[in-house]
Amino acid sequence: MIPELGHFALIVALLLALTQAILPLYGAQRGNLTLMAVARPAAQGQFVFVALAFACLAYAFLTNDFSVENVARNSFSQLPEVYRLTATWGSHEGSMLLWVLILGFWSTAVSVFSRHLPEDMAARVIGIMGLISTGFLAFLLTTSNPFERLLPAAMDGNDMNPLLQDWGMIIHPPMLYMGYVGFAVAFAFAIAALLSGKMDVAWARWSRPWTTVAWAFLTLGIMLGSWWAYRELGWGGWWFWDPTENASFMPWLAGTALIHSLAVTEKRGAFKAWTVLLALIAFSLSLLGTFLVRSGVLSSVHAFATDPARGAFILGFLAVVIGGSLVLYAWRAPKMITGSGFTWFSRESLLLANNVILMAALGSVLLGTLYPLFMDAVGQNKISVGPPYFNAVFVPVMAPALFLMAIGPLARWKEASLPDVVTRLKWALGVALAIGLLLPLTLGGFKPWASLGFFLAAWIALSVLAGFVDRLKHGQGGLLQKLATLPRGFWGMQLAHFGMAVGVAGIAVVANFQTERDVRMEVNSYAELAGYTFTFRGTTEHDGPNYRAARGTLEVSQNGKLVATLHPEKRIYNAGGMAMTEADIHPNIYRDIYVAMGEQLDDRGAWAVRLFYKPFINWLWFGAVFMVAGGFLAASDKRYRIALRRSDVPKNLAAQGA
Amino acid sequence: MKRWLPLVLFVVLVGFFAKGLFLNPREVPSPFIGRTAPAFTLPLVGNANASFSPADMKGKVWMLNVWAPWCVSCRQEHGFLMQLAQSGAIPIVGLNWKDKDREAAQLLAQTGSPYVAVPEDLDGKVGIDYGVTGTPETYLIDQAGIVRLKHVGPIDAEAWKSKFEPKLKELGA
Repeated sequence: MIPELGHFALIVALLLALTQAILPLYGAQRGNLTLMAVARPAAQGQFVFVALAFACLAYAFLTNDFSVENVARNSFSQLPEVYRLTATWGSHEGSMLLWVLILGFWSTAVSVFSRHLPEDMAARVIGIMGLISTGFLAFLLTTSNPFERLLPAAMDGNDMNPLLQDWGMIIHPPMLYMGYVGFAVAFAFAIAALLSGKMDVAWARWSRPWTTVAWAFLTLGIMLGSWWAYRELGWGGWWFWDPTENASFMPWLAGTALIHSLAVTEKRGAFKAWTVLLALIAFSLSLLGTFLVRSGVLSSVHAFATDPARGAFILGFLAVVIGGSLVLYAWRAPKMITGSGFTWFSRESLLLANNVILMAALGSVLLGTLYPLFMDAVGQNKISVGPPYFNAVFVPVMAPALFLMAIGPLARWKEASLPDVVTRLKWALGVALAIGLLLPLTLGGFKPWASLGFFLAAWIALSVLAGFVDRLKHGQGGLLQKLATLPRGFWGMQLAHFGMAVGVAGIAVVANFQTERDVRMEVNSYAELAGYTFTFRGTTEHDGPNYRAARGTLEVSQNGKLVATLHPEKRIYNAGGMAMTEADIHPNIYRDIYVAMGEQLDDRGAWAVRLFYKPFINWLWFGAVFMVAGGFLAASDKRYRIALRRSDVPKNLAAQGA
Repeated sequence: MKRWLPLVLFVVLVGFFAKGLFLNPREVPSPFIGRTAPAFTLPLVGNANASFSPADMKGKVWMLNVWAPWCVSCRQEHGFLMQLAQSGAIPIVGLNWKDKDREAAQLLAQTGSPYVAVPEDLDGKVGIDYGVTGTPETYLIDQAGIVRLKHVGPIDAEAWKSKFEPKLKELGA
């Protein structure tokens, strides 16, 4: 009964989504306020019904209703309760439902926080989101119904993929989707602007906080995914350039370009057409990512069953949404007149350079991800492009962007003085060069890539400092008083840039100075790595809720002092018989000690064990956390809330925008 | 013109996706083609004292058919394999893959066996050496023990005509 209720709720949601799309969009075109007023209640109602459907599916999972095919395929009676809940979005159908749920959440958020928008703008934005929602709900109902019954009911489930049974996976997909789908708001704003022909500065100011928040969520989602892969896949890597990862990274690159370009449009009225195009691209790449992961076009891993009907549906949807918006863009773009000019060295030109580089990086990732598909389609051999390509292309492309991002915030709008910027940053350049050259020597030898990484990290971090110095030189009052008056937008930017410096430092260290060993360890034998002694105390049998494990005990000591006792496991899951390596990690701020068990080598208890020493690995996640915090801080800036109360824009800005 | 560029790029991309969607993702080239078939020695189904090894087939062109009693599409190709065996076109060895319940002997007794030998790969280890991703899968192996062809999915008359026969002619068998 409950699954049928969920199915019914989805159908109601589809009808509401259609209403939410058609009436307000038509009303906005005709200037009919009554029709426009449908937008908000329809969006909220749609969210309620999608949430109801989602709750029904979650209920089926929690109560082990194996008469529902989706539950039978993706859950298992012995699965711990929290994973039964997260199994709700572990499957293809469930994850698409989560997508629509989050889209409903964003639409509702827009409907609540859009009181200050002109009525036709709000109606168009919500209407566009309704159109997107319609597409996804139709997709769910026609090709991926999560409530499909199984007759006769299964005795038990097939279990959730053991790889996904980790708490990082509990929050990774929702966060990632918050980011992906959040770009739908920026997209809807861009389309609404194109439809109305009003691409003024106010438009940029409205979409900016939404975009920044979506970007922050996406950053968090990617970070959690990377952290999950690091802990769960058992071989210590944190980024594999695999198509699924790239699918989330490409919208991030476009989104990063977008938040910077929006800054120029908001402050200077420039780059309008470009900003609109970026908003379209960011969301298009989110859709593309969904398509790539869900359609099986690039599936090397058989994580989701390949079904051409699903792929064809998403491709048709992509063609309509992206193709349609690009036609609209091409038609309306000439109407967008760029506000004011700027010279070759100004904050605008630096942000433009940043955008160009990010797009080049995006292009290289896109090419590498789709290359196997291109080759296959023209009848060449199936080949895939691996990390060597991405590292060789991506790192050199991004390095100049990292160099310039230190200068941008210190350059003035419109026309900056190069000697002036040089004066303010020359000490930072000197110190950063010294750090880049000398630090690798203290860590075990000169390596050019490590040097470059350290230089860039120090250069960015010091420029953040220079930015504060610059801001605090002027104005009156004490230091703390001045700090308190700095706008949150500035704090957010500084924090995010600093996070980038921390992350780059982490990558530079871990990529160049990590060490690892594969060793055969007999009981009570020991191995050495990076100054630590690992003593293997054998394995014991250990029963988990839905698996059996051989649990190893390794004592890690340094200079005769015990540092940690680690318990890596080799698990066999009861339902599918799948073997899993569960690594154990001893973290601290400077390094991780990471231990994973390979295979048992003989019946006297010898095992193959992998030992890793990962210096500064945690700086990656710290860096990402700073960036996320910076994004949220910037989005909470007072000036967006002032705009909540005043629907008009300062006259001088409006004039520039016209 | 410039403003149409994003659209043009996107249309090209959609073309590739549409093509990619209808390519068979299961058509995975085997890295063993042109290389020596991995060696193994396995006991025979129903007679644990006897064993089979690819070396036994030296000098002959033969097929290694990976199948299992629990595999539905294997039953689908069973009829065609029987025809092949009866025509004497090629000797077929049936690698009985991951047959945990040991139903192979009984099933073959009921339906007839197209195989000259049925080695038993209970834990699927030989399957791993051959890169088996699912049943049925068939390898064509030449006189020198080199893998010449890999076919994923059931063999039917059409696959036999288009893939196997030309290869067999090349090998002069």
